[in-house]
Amino acid sequence: MTGRLALPGVDWRRVSPRYVYVDVISTSVFTVGLVVLASLPAYFSAVAPWWILPAGVLVIMLVVIAFVPRRVRAIGYQLRDDDLLFRRGLLFQRFVSVPYGRMQLIDITRGPVSRVLGLSDLHFVTAAASSSVSIPGLLVADAEDLRDRLVALAETRRAGL
Amino acid sequence: MTGEPFEGDPIKDLLPPGAVTATRLADGEWHRLHPATPLLRGGFVFIFIAGSFISSARQQLVDLLFGGPRARDDGDPLVFITANGQLPLALLAIAALLLLIVVIFYFSWRVHTFRITDEVVEVRSGLIRRSLRKGRLDRIQGINIVRPFFARLFGAARLEIDVAGHDANVRLDYLSSANADGLRRDILRLASGTRQREAASAAPDSRSFVEQRLAEFIAPELDPDLAPPESVVKVHLGRLVGSILLHDTTFTLLVLIAAASVGSAVTGRLFAIYALVPLVFGLGGFLFRRFTKSLRYSIAATPDGVRVGFGLLTLSNETLPPGRIHSVQVRQPILWRLPGWWEIKVNRASKSNAKGADAQHNTTILPVGNLDDVLRVLGLLLPGTTAESAQVLRRGIVGSGPDGGFTNSPRRAAIIRWFSVRRNGFAEIPGVVLLRRGGVWRNLTMVPEARVQSIGMTQGPIDRALRLARVHVHTVNGPVRAELGALDFEVATGFFTAVSNEVVEQVRSDATHRWRANDSAA
Repeated sequence: MTGRLALPGVDWRRVSPRYVYVDVISTSVFTVGLVVLASLPAYFSAVAPWWILPAGVLVIMLVVIAFVPRRVRAIGYQLRDDDLLFRRGLLFQRFVSVPYGRMQLIDITRGPVSRVLGLSDLHFVTAAASSSVSIPGLLVADAEDLRDRLVALAETRRAGL
Repeated sequence: MTGEPFEGDPIKDLLPPGAVTATRLADGEWHRLHPATPLLRGGFVFIFIAGSFISSARQQLVDLLFGGPRARDDGDPLVFITANGQLPLALLAIAALLLLIVVIFYFSWRVHTFRITDEVVEVRSGLIRRSLRKGRLDRIQGINIVRPFFARLFGAARLEIDVAGHDANVRLDYLSSANADGLRRDILRLASGTRQREAASAAPDSRSFVEQRLAEFIAPELDPDLAPPESVVKVHLGRLVGSILLHDTTFTLLVLIAAASVGSAVTGRLFAIYALVPLVFGLGGFLFRRFTKSLRYSIAATPDGVRVGFGLLTLSNETLPPGRIHSVQVRQPILWRLPGWWEIKVNRASKSNAKGADAQHNTTILPVGNLDDVLRVLGLLLPGTTAESAQVLRRGIVGSGPDGGFTNSPRRAAIIRWFSVRRNGFAEIPGVVLLRRGGVWRNLTMVPEARVQSIGMTQGPIDRALRLARVHVHTVNGPVRAELGALDFEVATGFFTAVSNEVVEQVRSDATHRWRANDSAA
């Protein structure tokens, strides 16, 4: 048996499959930057073995990019009766449960690539910085619906700090 | 100057606030601060500058008047002025400047007013740049009365009302010392939501002015009406000195000095010593502040929450209403094991503590104490603890193993928890989650469930291979981080589910934002 974390009886809602493109593009841009940085010692010292460094970085990042579709499928959220449940991560799994009454504000952001694909990211902010629930890759209409629903739910369960 | 900026406002008194009873300050009308306020807030700097100017000019004046040798110095403004016969003009200019400053001080005092209603506390100030600060009473995180040394000479005190948020405190500086205590009681009464109006019997003080000042100066932290004067914990000077000598920071400092000395002796050069100088000053300063800020420490329970006081020259005395403490940690620096001492830190929602010299103390609730002291303080911080839960707390602080209701890490976690596998675990007492950690640096973290913001659970590749997981209890930021690693992954899932349900339940039934709303009008 595996030691993988799982929550029984939770029907996860997934984010848009189109978010894969956003993730691949942003990870690729990051990879290019990282490889250029890793090439600097080899470029300036002109010692051949140093090229192992950027090559290794490139291989690792290609593996990371290859797993993007699975990582995106691992992102999930569910609106339960009293709390919002959120999960993400494949190698490093993370589950968070936030009672609706703890909502301080909800932020919707859209990056350039997301905008082209019609996606937005939703951030659920509590008084604890470490809560950090952000659901990426929602369709614009879905994100706004979700925001309105969460605000309405938080309003009925308003609590202090 | 636009004359009377607040004409028509219901400021009735031009009497000094000392003549006003405490309850009148919280009647919803605008009131002014202590008349010495401008002097205390900035006037001392001016007096200091004037004093240093006069003392440096004194020699020049003497020489000028009696024809001393230095009267011929070139470039000195005083010499220049007198030589050109402009002395009267210069004196006139100085007098005008003084008058202007006094007028500005006076008007800035006149427009600096505050008001306390049933819902909010408001402060408005500023002659040219007007500002208005508002704090909601049900979001008050603590009320602090600070008495800086000079203000004590004038019988004045600063009232700081901490509201949730970053640097969101509302300051009333300065009030007369007696008023500050009364006003805090009034604000807490309004904030508590109690319908019971306490008879505000500010008995007229028959003592003379000097006697009053003296009494306040000697025993300023005593508020005879409200607090039980005796603190539940006494920190003796010897224990305080010992705790600082055995603190981790002292230990680090000594190790560094030893390393630098050895390094210098071996290499025959002193650069290692030089490199250490700023570090010694930094760490030494930290320890010194810790010492001075821990002197005359006291903690006591009041009907409106825990009251913590400390300080030698600048006195601080803060009341934390119930439900304002978001997490508590009892911890032990390694050398404190020998005498069996502990310290208690808390997380709070107000971040006014980030600035000012009191930074350490607003989060350190108990600077040093033995196990019994710790349990007494925890009894104040976590209301509703019974004898039974006190036993669980005691095992959480010093115990290990599964007894006492603790769920521990499995044996296989010893690979990543070498010394603490038997201690690493969690338990629950009514309304509070307990996380016990550390075999060498022992600590116990307690989070009231009604204050939890969210619950997390994580697992990395090493955890996966060992079938372990980590749980997080998210609270507002502060020195305490509530998380516990190396739990069996199924136990962690159970914790996640159970605690998140429990948190929803506790949040729903929590009423501490108006903590005395249900008090009968007894």
